[in-house]
Amino acid sequence: MSSNGNILSRAANGAMAWVTERAPGLMPFYRKHMTEYYAPKNFNVLYYFGILASVMLVNQIVTGIFLTMHYKPSAAEAFASIEYIMRDVPGGWLIRYMHSTGASLFFIVVYLHMFRGLIYGSGKKPRELVWVLGMVIFLVLMAEAFMGYVLPWGNMSYWGAQVIINLFGAVPYVGTALTEWIRGDFVVADATLNRFFALHVVALPLVLLLLVVLHLGALHEVGSNNPDGVDIKKKKDAKGIPLDGIPFHPYYTVKDLFGTAAFLTIAAFIIFFEPTAGGVFLEHDNFVAANQLSTPEHIKPVWYFTPYYAMLRAIPNKLAGVMTMGGAVLIMFLVPWLDCSPVKSIRYRPLLSKVMIGLFVIAFVILGWLGSQAGSDMQKLTAQILTIFYFGFFLLMPIWSKMGKSKPVPDRVTMHD
Amino acid sequence: MIKRLSLFALVLAAMLPLAAFAEEGPETLEAHTHVNDQASLQRGATLFMNYCSGCHSLKYMRYSRLGEDLGLSEDEVAKNYIFTGAKPGEHITVAMNPTQAAAWLGKTPPDLSLEGRARGPDWIYTYLKSFYVDESRPMGWNNSLFPNASMPNVLWQLQGLQRPVMGKGADGQPHVESLKLAEKGSLDPEQYDQAARDISTFLQYVAEPAALQRESWGVWVILFMVVFTFLAYLLKHEYWRDVH
Repeated sequence: MSSNGNILSRAANGAMAWVTERAPGLMPFYRKHMTEYYAPKNFNVLYYFGILASVMLVNQIVTGIFLTMHYKPSAAEAFASIEYIMRDVPGGWLIRYMHSTGASLFFIVVYLHMFRGLIYGSGKKPRELVWVLGMVIFLVLMAEAFMGYVLPWGNMSYWGAQVIINLFGAVPYVGTALTEWIRGDFVVADATLNRFFALHVVALPLVLLLLVVLHLGALHEVGSNNPDGVDIKKKKDAKGIPLDGIPFHPYYTVKDLFGTAAFLTIAAFIIFFEPTAGGVFLEHDNFVAANQLSTPEHIKPVWYFTPYYAMLRAIPNKLAGVMTMGGAVLIMFLVPWLDCSPVKSIRYRPLLSKVMIGLFVIAFVILGWLGSQAGSDMQKLTAQILTIFYFGFFLLMPIWSKMGKSKPVPDRVTMHD
Repeated sequence: MIKRLSLFALVLAAMLPLAAFAEEGPETLEAHTHVNDQASLQRGATLFMNYCSGCHSLKYMRYSRLGEDLGLSEDEVAKNYIFTGAKPGEHITVAMNPTQAAAWLGKTPPDLSLEGRARGPDWIYTYLKSFYVDESRPMGWNNSLFPNASMPNVLWQLQGLQRPVMGKGADGQPHVESLKLAEKGSLDPEQYDQAARDISTFLQYVAEPAALQRESWGVWVILFMVVFTFLAYLLKHEYWRDVH
């Protein structure tokens, strides 16, 4: 091998041999996860959102590092330091928008990734661990996003933090002490901002990275699901390679390169031409500095939390409301066990299941809209009905997912393009 | 491919209601501002510096940046816009003591650096057109968009005097139905609308000076991304020949 080829390839081969001799596990690791990781060949567009979530995570970390170079985590300076980044730091506005608008894009991607898992039964046996780890990522991401939203120290940041931290006050007996412990003060103040900065910038990103490694590790143990829900490992060729599997590298690396590029084109369009999305990604009230004496007209979280916020407000009792909101997230952990359908993919499920999932998406979107509104009586009633439906969807899943006659699942995956 | 794209469009469409219904607030007129209109920005800056900057600061904005973005030399900025003796690199602040300002006017005039984002240009435009004479108020002025505002109509010489046409609201309380020009100003109504629009455009720019760069960079970034996406598609297509 070393006797032919030019000097460059000889040098490269020599270096590779040197590394392999000292780290013999490296190439097998690379093969296991890239060139010999066989993924089903029938992924559709919804399967881009996993890689896109990793792209957004990297975007948030890299732009976040640059933001910390000029951001000041102090109640007196935070708001002005953001304006300094937006006006006086060369390219600072771009980094800031990539981070702040990026957070919204991250949630869009993550919600679609979860939706894909739901409709194709991706969390069903043997992928329960993948699903549960993914849900833990979602929980940590919510905490990460909430704390990041507080950092600009705008008035909505301030009052949003006040409302959300006060939710912990609903805990019996220790509630008040707990909220003071979280804030580090009797009100949301400099100490709160400083600790949220530490958690947002150091602690939670480390946890997120670890969880993503575990999520991918768990996935690669069992292999990827696909839009047909067919187990590709059942049909293998003489060498033991799944007939419907293709090596992740190069096939899915080039495909994901295309998907990522297409996504980034849309992302660039939003970042450069509509970075606030008309006050949805960056809210008007957050361009006013935090003011303890002036409450915004109505306090609401950013769009990605509004479905849960609507459920919180739908319940008249504070503790019950908090439990409902928490339960709405936690119940999703159980989907692999609640889903009792004999088939994985929505393609082969009976009409009832398709209708239920369709209604669930509509309910979730309407709840999101309700959570962003001031909340009239009619809206409150709608939110209550939809909250009941939300929980009914999950709690009755063991029943409705079994009802009706599912279509026969083919032996091999189907290609649609 | 078409099916994939339509599926993708469908999932994006599912997110739309969130964006479409999120806007709310009091009824405002449409200002039709164009932040790239440099002549409008220059007129707006001149009006702001002459009529507003005595009380309202733009504390995150520097005079020098204003000159660069509005196509004015340092001398022109110094001669036309700097009345406080500040250096061109300094922020646009007011000399008035905030405590005294509150005593004189009822409220310290707020900094307007970010008003174009917090309220938006449509709100500012409507606000500037909504002043009317009201003898019951300390300054003799009221505002139909922002009732009982502390601010007097500093543009009255341009606009003239508006008087309210009162009506009864849904709650039975009297409210301002419309405003009528009782005494002409030095500008006719269309000219005044343009002046209000120029100030709104200027404050929209001040709230986000990066908007000028943002859109001009954006075109090139997206062109690059479209070409790159196309090449990536060709590469994918080439590799995937042996899968199909």
